[in-house]
Amino acid sequence: MPKRQAYFDNASTTPLDGRVLKAMMPYLKGDYGNPSNLYETGRCARKAIVHASEQVAKALHCRPDEFIFTGSATEADNLALAGAARANKDRGNRIIVSAIEHKGILAVCEALKKEGFEFIQVPVGKNGMIDLDILKKELNDKTIMVSVTMADSETGTLQPIKEIAETIKDFRAKANGAEKGRAENRNADLPYFHTDASQAAAYADIDIEKLGVDMMTLSAHKLRGPKGIGGLFVRRGVKLNPIIYGGGQQGRLRSGTENVPAIVGFGLAVELNEKHKKTGSAKVKKLRDYLENGIFKSIDKVVLNGHPNKRLPNFLNISILDIEGESLLLELDEHGIMINTGSACNSESLEPSYVLTALGNPYEFVHGSIRFTLGAETTMADVNHALKYLPKIVERLRSISPLDLSANQKKAMSNPRAFVGNQTPHFLRKKKAKTN
Amino acid sequence: MPKTATKKSKSAKKAKPDVVNKHTGGSWAYSEEVRSHFFAPRNLLWENPKEAIYDAEGVVGSPSCGDVMRVWLNIDPKRDTITDFKWRTFGCASAIAATSMLSLMVTEKGGMKIDKALKITPQDIIARLHGLPDRKIHCSVLGDKALRAALNHWFKKTSQLSRVLVEGEKVIDPNTKVTEADIEEAVLEGATTLEAVQKRTKVGIGYPECIPAVEELIRFYKEKYFGPDAK
Repeated sequence: MPKRQAYFDNASTTPLDGRVLKAMMPYLKGDYGNPSNLYETGRCARKAIVHASEQVAKALHCRPDEFIFTGSATEADNLALAGAARANKDRGNRIIVSAIEHKGILAVCEALKKEGFEFIQVPVGKNGMIDLDILKKELNDKTIMVSVTMADSETGTLQPIKEIAETIKDFRAKANGAEKGRAENRNADLPYFHTDASQAAAYADIDIEKLGVDMMTLSAHKLRGPKGIGGLFVRRGVKLNPIIYGGGQQGRLRSGTENVPAIVGFGLAVELNEKHKKTGSAKVKKLRDYLENGIFKSIDKVVLNGHPNKRLPNFLNISILDIEGESLLLELDEHGIMINTGSACNSESLEPSYVLTALGNPYEFVHGSIRFTLGAETTMADVNHALKYLPKIVERLRSISPLDLSANQKKAMSNPRAFVGNQTPHFLRKKKAKTN
Repeated sequence: MPKTATKKSKSAKKAKPDVVNKHTGGSWAYSEEVRSHFFAPRNLLWENPKEAIYDAEGVVGSPSCGDVMRVWLNIDPKRDTITDFKWRTFGCASAIAATSMLSLMVTEKGGMKIDKALKITPQDIIARLHGLPDRKIHCSVLGDKALRAALNHWFKKTSQLSRVLVEGEKVIDPNTKVTEADIEEAVLEGATTLEAVQKRTKVGIGYPECIPAVEELIRFYKEKYFGPDAK
């Protein structure tokens, strides 16, 4: 008998919608043309791309030519940050992002630092929300770019994008515009405001007019589209350099033959997602709340990570004290339950999740963190399956563990000198070196 | 090695990997032996003992690092042999499996001589577990340290002070105050060349005289943790 499976990792990726696959098939097989060509199969591919652009534009309330298709959301993030920074380096060098951005943002900022750009990270509060006052204070006339994720990929906490956009607009008007002479006005459109909505787009509002953003990243495979395709909304007038050079496709901003089937799938996935957003959100929230209540009822010493209300309806990130996330992940996997963890042992770098530590959680809590992310295909039976096994597994792992932590603990409680060779652990030392 | 264990692992050699990494798509491929010790740990103590019913006790690790290991030993002083090894571990699957395997190694065949037990390295444990993925070796190194901590407790308790082991706090580079233990940890984190270790620790940058000693240590720890054939 095949093992029962319950997939709770929709923030990693989502299953492909059957209708999306069907729409993509012709462009994988028969209509293989290159959209840059004028003969019939080429024209057919071009038409498909135009249609997909229109589908995305309709959802975003932007113009079709304001959306650039990229190979991934990471590439879109890179294009937004590096593209805008390099194109505007004669007008400033400061880039401000939140501390809980996706690596696609943070890593490109680190690289830009080496090109002479200043890279500022704004902290978040315990509930995962960005500190708007600090953001305001960090804005200056050298600032060319602000990027804040719509919802981070670990806790799903929703950031106040509209308020941030307003703040930036006020700043532009006051600091860079009206009060200065006309000759100084060349920075009146800076800083640009970018948001990474890859994680949020499936459930949150992505109307760029309402949000007031200049650039926005989307990912297809987080909303039941195919992998290998993402995109960036770029408001008209935003000065951007390409990061990939070549044949000049997509308004010279992203050279390379367009991935036609993936773009077709992306367009339809976005359209379908918009259509079902309201009902889908309500459905998934009901299941998530049921799961959350069930866990808190049946297991003690559990801490919720992120904002209790202002978070995506499919996210549940908790720390289960005294046990370690990777071992929990493996045992849940034995029962076909697929989740994710912020534990150091589950990462390439052997560092605990930087998003959860940015929220002010002690490392002890982060190691025991697990993330459930529900999706359109999650059922009540899946949730009940998880609720059946999780308490038993936690009980077993707790009986192996010698720890007994307190859920009210706010600060790191352990003695780092107890580590290998009686040393401060490497991730703490790195942090110390940074602050010094 | 007990025959049954060998048989079991052979038949399960081609088992599919347990976990596929979300970033690289590579498999972690825990061996069947690791799985077996993770899901059915040997010599585990389900609760902390209330009284001092064990001869010696040792703790290493810290919850903030994601690994804590407590071990309890019974020792036959006449034979100078460990007769019982009980443990509890907070950590990932490989940490749990490694402690379980260590407990088995120390107690099988009527117990292990203390002198022999002191020589157990992480590499020995990993070999018995039929290997661990490279980046999980970091998680498995606490077992032998916990054992040594408990044996130190025993040596002090029985006034065998000459046998007490002092873990290396020797300073290699007086300028940067980098110790042997710093080098050890850098190697564990994957810095296996002088350049990589220097990038992390700045060792020898103002004091090149110590570099031969550093290179010696890197070689030593690389062999200790990753085996003699490590690249």
